[in-house]
Amino acid sequence: MSVWTRIAGPADVPYLEGRSVVVAGRRIAAFRLPDGWAATDAACPHEGGPLGDGIVADSCVTCPLHQRRFDLRTGRQIGGDDVVAVHEIEERDGGLWVRLAAPAALENAA
Amino acid sequence: MFSTHGILVIGGGIAGQAVCEAVRTRDTDVPVTLVCGEDHLPYDRVRLGDLLADDGTVDALRLRPDGWYEDAGVTVLTGSRVASLDPDTGTATLESGTVLHYDRVVLCTGSDALVPPLEGSDLDGVEVFRDPADCAAILGAARSARHAAVIGGGLLGLEAAHALAKLGTATTLIHLVDRLMERQLDAPAAKLLTPAIAGLGVDVRLEHATKAVLAGDDGKAAGLAFADGTSLDCDLVVVAVGIRPHVGLARETGLTVERGIVVDDRLVTSHPHVLAVGECAQHRGVVHGIVAPIHDQAQVAADTLLGRAAAYEGSIPTAKLKVMGVDLVTAGAAEGEREVVVADAAAGTYRKLVTSPEGVVLGAVLLGDARGAELLMDAVRVGRVTEDPLALLAEASQATAAELPDTAQVCNCNGVCKGAIVEAIRDGGLGSTQEVVNVTRAGAGCGSCKPVVTELLQIERAGAAEEPAYLCPCRKLTREAVGDLVRERDIVSVSELAGACGAGRDCGACKPGLSYLIEERQAAKFRQERHAKYINDRVHANIQNDGTFSVIPRIRGGVVTADELRRFADVADKYELPMIKITGGQRIDLLGVRKEQLPAVWEDLGMPSGYAYAKAVRTVKTCVGTQFCRFGLGDAITVGIDLEGAMEGLHTPHKVKAAVTGCPRNCAEAYVKDIGLVAIENGWEVYVGGAAGASVRKGDLLTTVETAEEAKRVALAYLQHYREHGEHLERTYHYMERVGLEAVQAVVLDPEQQTGLLERYAIAKAACDPDPWRERYAPVHPNQFSELDSDPEGLDLVALAAAGMEVAR
Ligand code: SRM
Ligand SMILES: Cc1cc2nc3c(=O)[nH]c(=O)nc-3n(C[C@H](O)[C@H](O)[C@H](O)COP(=O)(O)OP(=O)(O)OC[C@H]3O[C@@H](n4cnc5c(N)ncnc54)[C@H](O)[C@@H]3O)c2cc1C
Ligand code: SF4
Ligand code: FES
Repeated sequence: MSVWTRIAGPADVPYLEGRSVVVAGRRIAAFRLPDGWAATDAACPHEGGPLGDGIVADSCVTCPLHQRRFDLRTGRQIGGDDVVAVHEIEERDGGLWVRLAAPAALENAA
Repeated sequence: MFSTHGILVIGGGIAGQAVCEAVRTRDTDVPVTLVCGEDHLPYDRVRLGDLLADDGTVDALRLRPDGWYEDAGVTVLTGSRVASLDPDTGTATLESGTVLHYDRVVLCTGSDALVPPLEGSDLDGVEVFRDPADCAAILGAARSARHAAVIGGGLLGLEAAHALAKLGTATTLIHLVDRLMERQLDAPAAKLLTPAIAGLGVDVRLEHATKAVLAGDDGKAAGLAFADGTSLDCDLVVVAVGIRPHVGLARETGLTVERGIVVDDRLVTSHPHVLAVGECAQHRGVVHGIVAPIHDQAQVAADTLLGRAAAYEGSIPTAKLKVMGVDLVTAGAAEGEREVVVADAAAGTYRKLVTSPEGVVLGAVLLGDARGAELLMDAVRVGRVTEDPLALLAEASQATAAELPDTAQVCNCNGVCKGAIVEAIRDGGLGSTQEVVNVTRAGAGCGSCKPVVTELLQIERAGAAEEPAYLCPCRKLTREAVGDLVRERDIVSVSELAGACGAGRDCGACKPGLSYLIEERQAAKFRQERHAKYINDRVHANIQNDGTFSVIPRIRGGVVTADELRRFADVADKYELPMIKITGGQRIDLLGVRKEQLPAVWEDLGMPSGYAYAKAVRTVKTCVGTQFCRFGLGDAITVGIDLEGAMEGLHTPHKVKAAVTGCPRNCAEAYVKDIGLVAIENGWEVYVGGAAGASVRKGDLLTTVETAEEAKRVALAYLQHYREHGEHLERTYHYMERVGLEAVQAVVLDPEQQTGLLERYAIAKAACDPDPWRERYAPVHPNQFSELDSDPEGLDLVALAAAGMEVAR
């Protein structure tokens, strides 16, 4: 799926926090990092915890339900083998744009 | 040598556990199944007394956490007993009928308490001291008992008598012969021990042969009758005269059984596929009743099981009395051809060394002064030869852990020698006593060797202080280090701190802790940032398994008005909330609230936040006290509401729960709260460090004061002391265990320091936010309560302002 979707304005996500939104029927979470943006599926692969509500560090997020931690660049769990899908996200012309990972990429990841 | 069936271990005691671990350290693949007759995972029977002393739990005695068995690949069946065994076909049948297969089976069935065939020994009120159920029974009986009698003056009886006396029960210790612990002690030592035990409030009666337990009118035990015609009134009898090995299963299996299950030096029984280890085993005619030999046996048994040659040549009997204030250690023979003694009757100390004429050390008795016990036990174990026994005794009393040979067994409970501990510290780069205990198990038994473990650690670390818990493990920063930085650079936010030292940047897990520390140090100057907080503290509600939140308003002292109750009902209806629940904290919980609904729900409730989601002061539970209760000694409600008002809004290292109760009946559970006030006849008791959650601990009595005002002051001073010194996520019950009551009293009860604490408390209190729910009027971010595609259920701020509602910050 190669469409870019505008999900919000950059100011809509607070610094070092995440917020979720539905894109093409799929709830994803967008994170504002010190050096840019990251986007993953909103649901934690463990038990669906809202990753957007997790604590965000320079490049990882910790799920608020059972503290699984995921690298926001690769989607891989740190200290475990769960994987959460990561999506392309960029800030341009005053907007935040997301392109969902292709299902194929998903399988590789998972 | 193994087909697929592997090893079956019968009996989940210390022996069964030791065998499983010894096998696993040698072979990680062979299937191992452990069948535990008791309902618990293997626990430390040695510390069973804890269940009599402080209301400890069996879980606290666990030899290994639940996770261990899965990680180690050991299949455990608890609460199931093996009914029959057929080693020829390699099968075992459980009482449930299930059949297990194995190649080799190890009997670790231990023993039962020995109950001599006394008339009346089956009466109600006659207990033994062997497992948790016995402890529960003894505790229950002790509460109402007028007088307790313990039959048996050995290690076990002494421990039981001491425990009962400590519970405040009048206790008499009955012993058959003319001296206590006759198996381990010589006459002079025993003579000194008797007064020491009497000093603990135990009435000791020697040379008393119990003839029968007498029944009262109620059919329960009411007394003891002795051979000499005398008798003793007592409504609780604890029989602690010895053990009876569990050999039934072995006998039915056709194995050779004498007093115990007979094994050879490889721990193999009369059937080549069956081994036996522990208190059920009889080796070279001896059945050991202590832990140390079990570990030696388990090692050899594991080698035998895995087809490696090894031999167990017996163990030197050693004994350590686990009775506070009575140091007693014995090893080997208490008497012999050549003896040297250093005794001071006045001081109640007695140190004796027994050697052969040639000076081979055969035994040691240390009473009242156990210095150098490890060194002497080792001398006995290895049969050290000494020209001058007196000099060896003297040397021992000076000996530090440094002088111990590597072979010296430091932990007798878990059979860990100095060499193993030092190696673990070096290889694992261990930094704290607790780490060493966890890794080596030394000190995880009766705990009496922990000081030596600490000493070894200090030597290894060249005196360097124990490694502290890190507040930010990624950057190895301690709470102290971060605190200094905050002071020196006058840091007021987590981002500033991250810029200064990198704390919180790598995994982020420590950010809430950093945030708390800066807030605690900087009070009003602190600039909070939501990214450094858990979601709970960003939206002031507790996240639930389905991503919705719970709302628990402040209900001081558990007292509500009819009008508030109406609002709860209306809110629940209006927002169609799935549940209204009375919490365990005397409050009301609205569950299943969506993040977006929070501001509106708060507004309609019109009550302040109960901080139920935060590491902060939670509740102050109260009972009705003098206001209504016929037993009331203090106005618990007023004092509790008052105390909650004084503490609410303050963040703390971990949550803080308090209670104020009107009398020692303790309806408000003040004994098991972080802070508990108990009204007594003309005064108040202040308890701290209590808990009744994951662990149960009665609070320590910090002090007793005359007025509620003083009690409140002490409570607030303690709260501030904990705020300043508790580690992040360290509950007060852990804090008290770590620093100790005396240390805390020295600070909190010292008039000058108390004033200082109360001043700093006042500053913090002034700076804290009593009701973060007012952020509904001034969100820290437009999307504080919403996702990108949702809107907070609209609060019309303009209208509110017009209506003159106070709008916060
Ligand atoms: C709501 C409540 C249960 C109830 O319906 O009664 C509750 C609910 C939770 N407790 Fe509790 N505790 C509640 C009273 C208690 C009590 C009883 C009391 O407070 O008198 C205890 C034992 C007392 C104590 O804490 O010492 C208690 C001991 C715990 C513990 C164990 C703490 C410990 O170290 O022993 C945890 C886990 C933790 O804190 O790490 C915990 C954690 C939790 C959490 C916050 C778990 C979590 O992080 O999600 C639960 C939130 C559920 C939710 O989604 O709202 N809760 N919890 C009670 C709220 C009380 C209140 O009005 O604020
Ligand atoms: C209060 C107390 C204090 C003590 N203090 C000390 C001390 O300070 N120092 C010291 O060295 N020793 C001390 N001891 C002795 C020490 O606890 C024992 O020597 C040790 O626990 C024996 O362990 P074990 O595994 O051989 O037997 P046990 O602990 O008796 O374990 C045997 C287990 O096997 C189970 N079992 C039996 N038959 C079956 C079956 N057919 N199927 C399945 N399971 C079965 C039993 O239920 C039991 O759980 C103390 C003992 C007590 C009671
Ligand atoms: S604690 Fe005492 S005063 Fe309070 S309600 Fe219970 S019995 Fe009554
Ligand atoms: S749901 Fe994310 S860690 Fe459990």
